[in-house]
Amino acid sequence: MSTGVPLTIHDASGMLARQEISSLELTEVCLDRIQQCDDRVRSFITVTPELARQQAGEADRRIAAGSARPLTGVPMQVKDLICTRGVATTCASRMLEDFVPVYNATVAERLLGQGAVLLGKGNMDEFGMGSSCENSAFFPTRNPWDLERVPGGSSGGGAAAVAAGEAVYAIGSDTGGSIRQPSAMCGTVGLKPTYGLVSRYGLIAYASSLDQVGPITRDVADSALVLNAIAGPDPRDSTCLDIPAIDYAAGLALESSTPLGRGGTSGAVRLGVPEEYFTDGMEPGVREALESAIDTLAGLGADVETVSLPTTRLALACYYIIAPSECSANLARYDGVKYGYSFQDTDNMWEAMEQTRGRGFGPEVKRRIMLGAYALSAGYYDAYYLKAQQVRTLIRQEFDQVFQKVDALVTPTSPVVAFPLGSKTADPVEMYLIDVCTLPVNIAGLPAISVPCGFSQGLPVGMQLIGPHLSEQRLLRIAYAYEQATEWHEARPDL
Amino acid sequence: MPLDREQVEHIASLARIGLTDDEVEMFRQQLSDILEQFQALAELDTAGIEPTGHAVDLRGVLREDEAGSSLAAEEALSNAPRREGEFIRVKAVLEE
Repeated sequence: MSTGVPLTIHDASGMLARQEISSLELTEVCLDRIQQCDDRVRSFITVTPELARQQAGEADRRIAAGSARPLTGVPMQVKDLICTRGVATTCASRMLEDFVPVYNATVAERLLGQGAVLLGKGNMDEFGMGSSCENSAFFPTRNPWDLERVPGGSSGGGAAAVAAGEAVYAIGSDTGGSIRQPSAMCGTVGLKPTYGLVSRYGLIAYASSLDQVGPITRDVADSALVLNAIAGPDPRDSTCLDIPAIDYAAGLALESSTPLGRGGTSGAVRLGVPEEYFTDGMEPGVREALESAIDTLAGLGADVETVSLPTTRLALACYYIIAPSECSANLARYDGVKYGYSFQDTDNMWEAMEQTRGRGFGPEVKRRIMLGAYALSAGYYDAYYLKAQQVRTLIRQEFDQVFQKVDALVTPTSPVVAFPLGSKTADPVEMYLIDVCTLPVNIAGLPAISVPCGFSQGLPVGMQLIGPHLSEQRLLRIAYAYEQATEWHEARPDL
Repeated sequence: MPLDREQVEHIASLARIGLTDDEVEMFRQQLSDILEQFQALAELDTAGIEPTGHAVDLRGVLREDEAGSSLAAEEALSNAPRREGEFIRVKAVLEE
């Protein structure tokens, strides 16, 4: 029994700097761990040992030359919808099974530019569509805490790899909760940045107005280090915000027994607990963990009050119109002509295209494309797409108003802990309901972080902190203060 | 109101997705269930509310128009399923 790589990025970075371990040694530890347990966890679609060793060697030379950055030489996993030059990027889809990008996503470029080591590509729900990693066209990933349960999704591979100690950190993407929800279910820290803080260039698109890239890490300090590396304007993404760089890792620690007694917009940090997020469908163990976490936050000096966000009840419908509509447009590019799977055993062009798409996409992807095509079609546009965009305005305004009163919101990340494989695949609506607490954040483009806050049935529970646009620094400080006062993030599954 | 098979086939043709008969029936049921969830929106009066396309206020972020390198033809074509020289081969678009 083992818990895998025992290191955080900040620990690894220190050991590498002091030359107590080399990047090559650290990389071998991760590759051994993958060898030892990934036939059970299955968090990787592709493992790239040769490339990793080569990058580790380069990192060691860089460390020796004294030009290391915080991520230099630290091994990571990257979700398989982020383009990596020369390394297959499949989106966990038959459609892109043989696709090898000829360029790097900006995020990959920035990480590799710092000297990060790529261990391989992470499993996920096909094209990011799903909440359990069971929609991968290849195989489901399993939860390291209980191999009969899902790791959450869609970035389930990333959360499982970090929890299992196969990788020091992972890069995921979050369209409706895909970083935060698997982080909650696997006991990792998952950050979904403000829309536009991180470039989407080279992130294979699902729903362009909702997608954001972010880190999955063992603790909050690591989350800040990865955000430092990936945030910032990009001339290749016109939706990327042109704002000055911030050092998110600086000033995380406030030397005080009540660190949240200051650092709010005026005095103590003010936290709102939105009653609508504590639904009837919430598991009792999750509720208990959250109530205890809220007490801890109050004990750290935060002012906690109950708030109301009544439009939350419409977020699910709003999301499942907007995201599929954008997906039906984005995925129109998979026509079997330029790249990807191609069915050609017919004389007719339209038939070839329909067969390519019918055979290349899995059921959830087809479901969402058709849902979007329907919502955008003649006669239904006003009732569905326009209406959802108006509700999006309401949801956003409601958050704006509540953030006049509080600095951040505290909610469960998921109303339930990791569930058994196959238990929710028959009914799409039941699966969609898992994301009720995370979807509104993407609709409003807000930043949010999920941190481990306890266990229910022996499985990790996540607490979500949501802030106004570009409040990552404060969210990370609140999360850090909580983490320092608790030990949940140190728990590791045995496998 | 549940969808009928014809509607599902129409949506699939809009999306250019070839479905088997079994899939038509499965998606008919599932899409009908999902659309029922959307009824909550219909009950809300949204008259006069501006739609939101992007949640973060963006002011047309433009880059400098500077010449730079781009993909070589060979790279751009490297994932094409069917090629003929420096072209992608496709089936006839116009029929006689």
